[in-house]
Amino acid sequence: MLNFVLRRLGQSALTLVVMSLLVFAGVYAIGNPVDILINPQADQAEIARTIAQLGLDRPLWQQYWIFLRGAFGGDFGVSFVANVPAITLILERLPATLELAFVAMLIAIALGIPLGLLAGLKLDSWIGRGIMAGSILGFSLPTFWVGLMLIMVFSVQLGWLPTTGRGATVDVFGIPVSFLTWDGLRHLALPATNLALFELSLLLRLTRAGTREAMLQDYVRYARAKGVAEHNVVRVHVLRNILIPVITIAGLELGSLIAFAVVTETIFAWPGMGKLLIDSINMLDRPVIVAYLLVIVFLFILINLLVDLCYAALDPRVRLKGSR
Amino acid sequence: MNAALSPARELTAGYARDRIALSALWVLCALLLAALAAPWITPQDPYDLAQLDILDARLAPGEASSAGYTYWLGSDGQGRDMLSAILHGLRISLGVGVLSTLAALALGLAVGLAAARASGWIDALIMRIVDLQLSFPSILVALILLALTGQGVDKIIIALVIVQWAYYARTVRAAALVELHREYVDAAVCAGYGGARILFRHVLPNVLPPLTVVATVQVAHAIALEATLSFLGLGLPITEPSLGLLIANGYAYLLAGQYWISFFPGIALLVTIVAINLVGDRLKDVLNPRLK
Repeated sequence: MLNFVLRRLGQSALTLVVMSLLVFAGVYAIGNPVDILINPQADQAEIARTIAQLGLDRPLWQQYWIFLRGAFGGDFGVSFVANVPAITLILERLPATLELAFVAMLIAIALGIPLGLLAGLKLDSWIGRGIMAGSILGFSLPTFWVGLMLIMVFSVQLGWLPTTGRGATVDVFGIPVSFLTWDGLRHLALPATNLALFELSLLLRLTRAGTREAMLQDYVRYARAKGVAEHNVVRVHVLRNILIPVITIAGLELGSLIAFAVVTETIFAWPGMGKLLIDSINMLDRPVIVAYLLVIVFLFILINLLVDLCYAALDPRVRLKGSR
Repeated sequence: MNAALSPARELTAGYARDRIALSALWVLCALLLAALAAPWITPQDPYDLAQLDILDARLAPGEASSAGYTYWLGSDGQGRDMLSAILHGLRISLGVGVLSTLAALALGLAVGLAAARASGWIDALIMRIVDLQLSFPSILVALILLALTGQGVDKIIIALVIVQWAYYARTVRAAALVELHREYVDAAVCAGYGGARILFRHVLPNVLPPLTVVATVQVAHAIALEATLSFLGLGLPITEPSLGLLIANGYAYLLAGQYWISFFPGIALLVTIVAINLVGDRLKDVLNPRLK
């Protein structure tokens, strides 16, 4: 296990280095860093000063070194618009995005697994077919359009739920969260549902496929022959076996939810870092874009690493395969 | 299965057995025709300002304009006929989706075949790059590329190609590795054929059919991704309004209860994507020898 952890950590570190090189290349080699990192409204003297400060007059490898040092120290430059360090802006917005993603994942798991199980057990009945048809729709509907339709129905027509913002928040360990207040929950309902829809369809299909396969296995037949009640066969024998891969995928998909939150946050004006990214792109606030990029890359590598480690802890075959 | 049927006939008959998939195919054909013929069949050229009248702005579906022309799907904030705008938008969305998928397919094929053929460290390097890219969601990669490069039809196609190629490369490499160990390849080697000839004349035709199915479904993904990016204001410029951009334009009116400006382009987008997905799903079943 230790061997696996060390090798996996090494891979993550390597990925981080490669990604930092790519981001560096994107900002410094393809684009003109003077345009990207210096406020276009600055005057000549200020531009010259910033160029010297950022080391843009030095050779490329030295610039990369400075960039790396800045990135690891959390120094990504100052936002042109807000005039505060870019990283501060992003870290302020991070909890809102994470809350949205976690709640969406919770909805997807809470609905996707039972529905998938039901569809897998009742393959050819109208329930099974109906659930599958719904999941095709869930896959095909573009997230942003569903968001608009949710607003149209639940906010404009019915007037039940608010369309924008986070609502009232409560501080938990100094981090503001929405899900503990009624107002916050009302604000959370639409964006979280919107974000959950695709993931729900995915988990549903995975659970259905897993159930279908597991029901044909010998252990299910033996359990039945032993006289185990059908609901216990499903709960103890089938569900246990399909949960490992489904939960692993759910973990990996957390990153994808954070990425898709960009769309949902923009529609519902949810003050997370995805909306910050779009605002920054529209206002050409490039230090924030670069900072977002590095933070999200780091977050992704972290999620992939954690999921892999959990998987290895749960399934010995993964560890053994790697150490051959 | 009737042995007298030719493979193509057999395929068609197999496909037609699913009535939902058959209707999806008809819908898709109708959409493609409508998109191709959009400049000639639409009642109005939605981007010729001389034909627009601001007094016709935001008419509800079915209302008649001052010139006596009926807006069946309503009009947008500039008095543009939504039906005409949707058909023109469909043309752009489908064009970008198909073009980027074909380009990504070609690139993925080339890289995947090269990796399978080269093996060793070149193969390992290529596959690590593919793994790295596929560990990030496509929307994020495309978003960041467009944030760095800016808007434009060429830029969004490049972004969509970069997002998709890795997927094909992985599929092609896996399939080609299997094919390269088949006996017909050994036979071709014995016959003295060169590596390139074997790769393109013998391996490629065997790798291609499953890939076309993947590509069909990928067109739907590309269209949805382009619509999302355009909705966020990062995809196509305002001069090339795809369905995503039309939906974005209607967003402001949605809150005022004028739903049709966003709703109908969304329905067009949805029908297109569902039709492509159903056709792709059915093709996968028909072409899968294990389900026969």
